Amino acid sequence: MEELASLMNGFYVVFSPFNFMLMIVGILLGVIIGVLPGLGGANGVAILLPLTFSMSPTSAIIMLSCIYWGALFGGAITSILFNIPGEPWSVATTFDGHPMAQQGKADEALTGAFTSSFIGAIVAVIMITFLAPLVAKFALKFGPAEFFAVQFLTFASFIGMGKGSAFKTLASMCLGFALASVGLDSVTGQLRMTFGITELLTGFKFLTAVIGLFGIGEILASMESGLAFSGSHAKLKLNAVIEAWKKLPKYWLTFIRSCIVGCWMGVTPGGATPASFMSYGLAKRFSKNGDRFGKGEIEGVIAPETAAHAAGTSALLPMLTLGIPGSPTAAVLLGGLLIWGLQPGPLLFIEQADFVWGLIASMYLGNLVGLIIVLTCVPLFAAILRIPFSIIAPVIMVICAVGAYTINNAMFDVWMMVGFGIIAYAFNKLSYPLPPFVLAIVLGDMAESSFRQSMLLSQGDVRIFWSNGLVGFIMTLGMLLLFWPVISWALDRIRTPKPA
Amino acid sequence: MTAHASKLAVVGLAAGVLAAAAFTTPAVAQTWQPTKAVTFVIPAGTGGGADQMARFIQGVVTKHNLMSQPMVVINKAGGAGAEGFLDMKASPRDPHKIIITLSNLFTTPMATGSPFSWKDLTPVAMLALDQFVLWVNAETPYKTAADYINAVKGGADRQFKMGGTGSKQEDQIITVALERLTGGKKFTYVPFAGGGAVAVQLVGKHVDSTVNNPLEAVAQWRAGALRPLCIFDTQRSTYKDKVTADMAWSDIPTCKESGANVDYQMLRGVFTSQGVTPAQVNFYVELFKKVMATPDWKDFMEKGAFNQTFMTGDQFKKWVEANEKLHHDLMKEAGFLATN
Repeated sequence: MEELASLMNGFYVVFSPFNFMLMIVGILLGVIIGVLPGLGGANGVAILLPLTFSMSPTSAIIMLSCIYWGALFGGAITSILFNIPGEPWSVATTFDGHPMAQQGKADEALTGAFTSSFIGAIVAVIMITFLAPLVAKFALKFGPAEFFAVQFLTFASFIGMGKGSAFKTLASMCLGFALASVGLDSVTGQLRMTFGITELLTGFKFLTAVIGLFGIGEILASMESGLAFSGSHAKLKLNAVIEAWKKLPKYWLTFIRSCIVGCWMGVTPGGATPASFMSYGLAKRFSKNGDRFGKGEIEGVIAPETAAHAAGTSALLPMLTLGIPGSPTAAVLLGGLLIWGLQPGPLLFIEQADFVWGLIASMYLGNLVGLIIVLTCVPLFAAILRIPFSIIAPVIMVICAVGAYTINNAMFDVWMMVGFGIIAYAFNKLSYPLPPFVLAIVLGDMAESSFRQSMLLSQGDVRIFWSNGLVGFIMTLGMLLLFWPVISWALDRIRTPKPA
Repeated sequence: MTAHASKLAVVGLAAGVLAAAAFTTPAVAQTWQPTKAVTFVIPAGTGGGADQMARFIQGVVTKHNLMSQPMVVINKAGGAGAEGFLDMKASPRDPHKIIITLSNLFTTPMATGSPFSWKDLTPVAMLALDQFVLWVNAETPYKTAADYINAVKGGADRQFKMGGTGSKQEDQIITVALERLTGGKKFTYVPFAGGGAVAVQLVGKHVDSTVNNPLEAVAQWRAGALRPLCIFDTQRSTYKDKVTADMAWSDIPTCKESGANVDYQMLRGVFTSQGVTPAQVNFYVELFKKVMATPDWKDFMEKGAFNQTFMTGDQFKKWVEANEKLHHDLMKEAGFLATN
């Protein structure tokens, strides 16, 4: 096993006291960055990048990638406690994580989230360790048509999963698509629906939307229910972690499915955010407790977190082997590689073995250290919920506002956030589901580009989506999922004819 | 977290400077030094060529301690860079703001009608010219630009697919320029989000050719997946060190030599806001001279096979004027000008 020998060498690199220290500093910084909404992993890494220019490339990447792992862990914390996704990929974690916190099970939700993050990451690192060349070849098969098929599959896995009317889901999704199309149209190079307003040039930013929809929306909802912040009766249990762990093994199938979704989306590269949504959608569709999703099912926390972390981790593979970033954070790291004098690409594994294997070894260790750090803090995080709502609500408002401002240093975003908060309130009152709306904002843009790129390539021939086995398979799977409610209804009718 | 906190503080300061500038006339001194952090705006997303160069400069300035105040890099990519340029336009007489440019300085206002031009800025220096290379997949039979152009001529209209970054920007402008030589046959131009992704689409054979910058495609070239046909410059590159086993950048023929008479380079320049004093411009000129004297910069130039042309003052201004006209002509010919 050539890889194992290289990996041992990598561990040797990481275990220098200096590198080990950088790793811990990176994780801690990352968790803080992950907790603060708006200040994402990409921003955090970009801000700290200049600090690393005087380090050796290996030390630099260890620190920066550890910030990334920390941010991946940290994103879940505020999602669960306050319904504010710290990072885009933890939006899906709020769907069940926050209801769990409201039921006084915050510690269980946090433990579940951190543990699944860890498992997702480790599976992805093992894949990178042993299958890197193979996986890189797979990524090359992905052209625009394949990308669209994957995005279509994500949307399809969400349609019809809402508790209410499928038409409301569709309406909510379409509104999201409309907002996603504001800004520059990447295919024609024209501005769309900006009405001459400079602030709209960038379009509706996903992060502003989620901070408003979830953070502010939640505060408004709590205010209405008489300032009672449920979850404040959470008991401090020091053995919470062990208790929660006992429940996890029976969800092994969810873990496996989510790991596959995550690794796949990270490599191709689709990104951690779509991965978490798709994994949540699939878990809901295939779980025995599917109809209880959204009310505080631990499975609904496990699925998105496992996938997000698996995707976030495996996103580094296309960056290293192909020079294409699998996530915004990977894009910044890619810039770092060039500045440190390294050239990402197929030859990196051969020419810079120390660097690559040091990085891979730090992925194992960094995630382990990260897990230990965040798990020891679970009782502490859960205790935050015991603070009275009248104190915590203004704090949350401030964090949300700072987060929205930080995304682009624009006051306009703060007002937009408030606007989205009101939209969320209206959605809840009229029982329109929020998840499809959010999903459309985050993926609508990408799906549109991929679709139009495919149409350009095929000169408008829709058969491009069935032009080879790979894309055809994904598309057909998507179609099946999309029409599953109709199909299952039809099957039921055939099997049990209605008594006349 | 200190880095983040200071970033916020810096941004707050930068926002306040407009008000400050209104009250105090900038002291016209022989020498000028920044009195607070300098904001370096990137009118493009993270990970692209302009972003890499700006962050690299920031790193060099920090590493060699070339400036007493910190340099803060901010991406303002919205509306094909309009966001960044409009931000500069909105803060005249602010010497603590500089912006790095790519061709979108010319193409974005022409294609989208966004209300700005380089005249809303003060030119500081041209740092380099970025090259473009015509790439095909190494498994295809084309050895020269003429081979490829003839194949396009002989094929069906729109049969050949050109991948590129963005729409109605440099990559598509070059594509249109190439179409003058293909006997009426058009390429199908497919815009992607980033240069790295474009190179990989070519490796995966989803497109037939690209005009990637050297830096975006060099890794795939060295791995033997891509083949460069020609470089869109009037002279061959000056870098003679071997990049692959048997080729250096200087071994790539110019497109004219190779049978496709098209040349195009992209400005990598720095501008500051309108109405700053000559002393303030001079500070940045000297700063960039120091940056360029570092070995790090020379390495960076060689890796990206940049055309190292340095210009300042009136010479640079004339170049920008001429280049704007060139872009106007090219975009008019291609039908890319905004109608409103």
